[in-house]
Amino acid sequence: MNHISDVIWQFLIKWLTNFALFPPEASRIAPQMDALYFFMVLVSLIGLTVVVLLITSFSILYRKRRHPVAVQIEGSTMLEATWTIIPLGLFLVMFVWGAIIYFRIYTPPANAMNIYVVGKQWMWKAEHPGGQHEINSLHVPMGRPIQLTLISQDVFHSFSIPAFRVKREAIPGRYTTVWFEATTPGTFHLFCTQYCGTNHSAMIGDIIVQTPDDYKKWLAESTSGMSLAQNGERLFATLSCNACHNGRPDSRGPSLANVFGSNLTLANGGTATADEAFLRQAILNPSEHVTQGYSPIMPTYQGQISEDGVIALVEYIKNLNSNYRVEQTLNTTKLLPESEGRATGAASRPTATAPATSAPKGPNSEPRGTVKQ
Amino acid sequence: MSTTIVSLPDQATARVPKTNFLTKENGLLSWLLTGDHKRIAILYLISITFFFFIGGALAGLIRLELLTPQSDLMATDTYNKVFTMHGVVMIFLFLVPSVPATLGNFLIPIMIGAKDLALPKINLLSWYLYVVGGILVLYTMITGGVDTGWTFTTPLSTHYLNTNVLSTGIAVFIAGFSSIFTGLNFIVTIHKMRAPGMTWFRLPLFVWSHYAASILMVLGTPVLAIAIVLVALERTTGIGVFDPSKGGDPLLFQHLFWFYSHPAVYIMILPGMGVISEVVSTFARKRVFGYTAVAFSSVAIAVFGFFVWEHHMFIMGVSTYSTLVFSLLTMLVAVPSAIKIFNWTFTLYKGSITFETPMLYAFGFMGLFTIGGLTGVFLGTTGTDIHLTETYFIVAHFHFVMVGGMLMAFLAGIHFWWPKITGRMYPEKISQLAALVTFIGFNFTFFPQFILGTLGMPRRYAAYPAEFQILNVFSTAGATILGVGYVLPLLYLAWSLKYGEVAGDNPWQATGLEWQIQSPPLTENFLEIPVVDREAYDYEWLERQKEKEVTTSVG
Amino acid sequence: MSDSTAIVNGAPAEAHAHPPYQRHHFESMGQQVDATSFAMWLFLLTEVMFFGGLFTAYLIYRNWYYPAFVAGSHQLSILWGTLNTAVLITSSFTMAMGVWCAETRRKGALVLCLTLTFLLGLVFLGIKTIEYGEKIEKHHVPGFHYSVQSFVNPQSDEAAKSYGDKPLPLDMARHTEVYFSLYFAMTGMHALHMIIGIAILAFMIVRARAGAYTTGHITFVENFGLYWHFVDIIWIFLFPLLYLISRHG
Repeated sequence: MNHISDVIWQFLIKWLTNFALFPPEASRIAPQMDALYFFMVLVSLIGLTVVVLLITSFSILYRKRRHPVAVQIEGSTMLEATWTIIPLGLFLVMFVWGAIIYFRIYTPPANAMNIYVVGKQWMWKAEHPGGQHEINSLHVPMGRPIQLTLISQDVFHSFSIPAFRVKREAIPGRYTTVWFEATTPGTFHLFCTQYCGTNHSAMIGDIIVQTPDDYKKWLAESTSGMSLAQNGERLFATLSCNACHNGRPDSRGPSLANVFGSNLTLANGGTATADEAFLRQAILNPSEHVTQGYSPIMPTYQGQISEDGVIALVEYIKNLNSNYRVEQTLNTTKLLPESEGRATGAASRPTATAPATSAPKGPNSEPRGTVKQ
Repeated sequence: MSTTIVSLPDQATARVPKTNFLTKENGLLSWLLTGDHKRIAILYLISITFFFFIGGALAGLIRLELLTPQSDLMATDTYNKVFTMHGVVMIFLFLVPSVPATLGNFLIPIMIGAKDLALPKINLLSWYLYVVGGILVLYTMITGGVDTGWTFTTPLSTHYLNTNVLSTGIAVFIAGFSSIFTGLNFIVTIHKMRAPGMTWFRLPLFVWSHYAASILMVLGTPVLAIAIVLVALERTTGIGVFDPSKGGDPLLFQHLFWFYSHPAVYIMILPGMGVISEVVSTFARKRVFGYTAVAFSSVAIAVFGFFVWEHHMFIMGVSTYSTLVFSLLTMLVAVPSAIKIFNWTFTLYKGSITFETPMLYAFGFMGLFTIGGLTGVFLGTTGTDIHLTETYFIVAHFHFVMVGGMLMAFLAGIHFWWPKITGRMYPEKISQLAALVTFIGFNFTFFPQFILGTLGMPRRYAAYPAEFQILNVFSTAGATILGVGYVLPLLYLAWSLKYGEVAGDNPWQATGLEWQIQSPPLTENFLEIPVVDREAYDYEWLERQKEKEVTTSVG
Repeated sequence: MSDSTAIVNGAPAEAHAHPPYQRHHFESMGQQVDATSFAMWLFLLTEVMFFGGLFTAYLIYRNWYYPAFVAGSHQLSILWGTLNTAVLITSSFTMAMGVWCAETRRKGALVLCLTLTFLLGLVFLGIKTIEYGEKIEKHHVPGFHYSVQSFVNPQSDEAAKSYGDKPLPLDMARHTEVYFSLYFAMTGMHALHMIIGIAILAFMIVRARAGAYTTGHITFVENFGLYWHFVDIIWIFLFPLLYLISRHG
């Protein structure tokens, strides 16, 4: 008897998972969302059954042949209250439950590993901090919180991983974030779910979840040389950021050492947390993000730097613990002859294509006080 | 004892009344320059039917393409145009005007005891604006189509497409004004032209629903208009209100667009709900259970409907706290719809129920709208919305409420008031068959899409992973059946114009004012403006009337 | 009710016992006037919602880019703006006078008032044309060789210099394009409504001369007056929001 029910059970599972009604649960949040989803399916089924049963039974009991004279009934406040309060109560339960899950999905933990994803017509570019680049795929280690920082280079796209139950719009002009923790190794669908033009349905790929060891191996094999931060360091010099942000007491721009994640007081009196979005905005719209005590003399880099470049700069600043490398770069660029760019990891002479406003001479530049933190 | 309430005059001697609004004047100009709300309703009926079948053909193309996982039936660009045009045509040229512009136009003055709407010339203007909008959409289709999606998302629509965005935008703008003027007309009429004794709470619920929908039309559509103007300006000039590189914000467009487009869905469904109230009451022979609750629910849906638009933007990087507010309000707006479903269900309790075609469609509405509405709660809940949004779950949800709900209500209404409009009955058996075919076809088409959405299949995809194929094939098979279900009424209703049985004034023995005048009505509706001294759905009054007729005619 | 009981198909005209300009579907003139007036107010409500979208965009961007909005606003001529405001308010006065003339059946005065309103409307549009011309010359039209020179280097620009503006950083200077986008969208939409109003005024002047509005039936004039006042009120909001940013005290 046991064997037979085992066989039947296995058959059912095989049938159910082959003709899946829901995607695999491959992230930590997936079962939580599924629980809410099934609760809602259950409530809907019950609600539908109640309505259909009532309609059917009333139709049979009170069909004309059986019940030729209708009884005029005004209504019933009691019933109205019942079917107002019960649905409202159920909906409110769903609201609270859903809000909790929503907050969880869109509030990355502090220790999440950050991967940048740039969406453009019609591909996804993922950039790992170590400099590994992927197109239309994303390798992630399982068992670790991973945060994705998304941005679009052109139109709205939407990064969707059904197996993880996460999805987030990639918008031009600002970062959006989402996080997940993958729980099982395997390959899962990646879709773009916001209509973005001709090849919207081709903007798909694979999310490859690996064990931590496999992930390390993959990282080692696919590194293309420079990590994001190293690339950022190079840009930091090329774009002459280090001319003002050199960490010296008299610098025209605030020191960027350890600035990531700190709370800044802005020149307009407000405060802001220096997260990725803030740093990006500070590079592209600096006059609205001036730290208190400094003048709004930083030139904008809008139009001179791609989203990839911004990402590299942001990564560099994130990893900046001291201004040592910045100083190094400054000194090295002073020493090098005009035509040579000796690779010390970052230094290359500011070229003629550097931004026209690369040497800001604000009219109100004064010696600065202590480095802001 | 018969199982139908239909009561027709003796067919051997009955004739459609010689003098009625259809025969009053002849000639094309008398139709094209008419001020008669009933003729305008018929003009609308013809035009929206035309656009419905165009939209339907486009739907057929979509489903054909989706039979196979590859994008092989047509170029991907073409597919993108097909689903965009399907959405634009179905929403702006069919669903928004369907019940209000045809049945609402025809019936509201009669139901309140007036001779016409308050502003007949504006009514005619509405129709012409609709036609111009429709012609522009046709022009767009002929000259290469548009592929923005009906939602015109910026910056795609402003900077990244070379198709006919402008002409489509103008078409929608003009059609929008058609809608605004219709709503304006209804509000003024209902406020100012009710017959003596017709208090607000004696109005048929059909009128209440249209009043609520009109508020939405009047207050919401102008915001769509300005959103389209800004898109058009941004496309043609260099203004950058939605362009991040100039400091603009594409999310502003989303807010402006959805501020209308969410109330728009209530514009679409509320009139349909009004039809259901009338139909269920008539075929259960009782007043609607909880009249006041249903009336207030209509207005509540309209009011709350203005405050939930951000639920279309939950994953777009809006502030998490704002999503709390909008999700909560979405839960609140779901409740009045539930109240209505239960009230209609309990209208059946201790009624005397018959199952003519309008009632079959009404039953279909109640079941399918319940499913559609409940799945809306899945989407209004932020946590599940993340997984389900932008997938086929959304497509299934809105087709359940719009097609399973609204379109069924429209068909219920067309069949219910067909005898009043034309003076002739439609053929009952084949129409019941068509209703059944529609119901079956609909479920086959759209229920698999819920599963597809949960599995993660994105919407607006011309090609999809092979594992989704079998559900797509089911869906297309259902669509074929559904198509048959929609072509049948076109055929037999046309047939009935010449060969249908003569209906008489009140074939359904219903209580509304429209059933107390001849079928088809006179141009001025009433010889004498009635003085109303009874509640809506007063079947006891109807009994007394019948007794009076019997006693007076026997003598 | 007694007015229309005799309305039957084909009944002769003398059975109509109502004033000639009462439409057949109304039971009384009172109902007709009531309904059409209500309709006009409702239409104006839709116009409020229409402009509301633009005002919303303005509020958001002004909040985000205040310095750019200040700098942009300094490019508008207070002289012309104030003059236009005075012109419009006067035209609303002449329009209101026109309604009174219609009420009191003064045909000649009515034509005069309508004509004055018409002319003042034209003056408004003329001044706007001058202003738009200035913007075109200075390359302050978004998308058409838009130049931020006046904002990055205020010394090069008379208007900015006269306000003592400090140079804007380039990124904020670029945001002035958003200000001008809204300036043109809002004043352009307003001007479009003015043009429509002026066209209707032209029609009304012709009809007024024929005596159409001095028979005691003044609904058209009254309702148009409402429209005209509404267009005026929109300008009353536009003027401080666009022209008078940072002018306080």
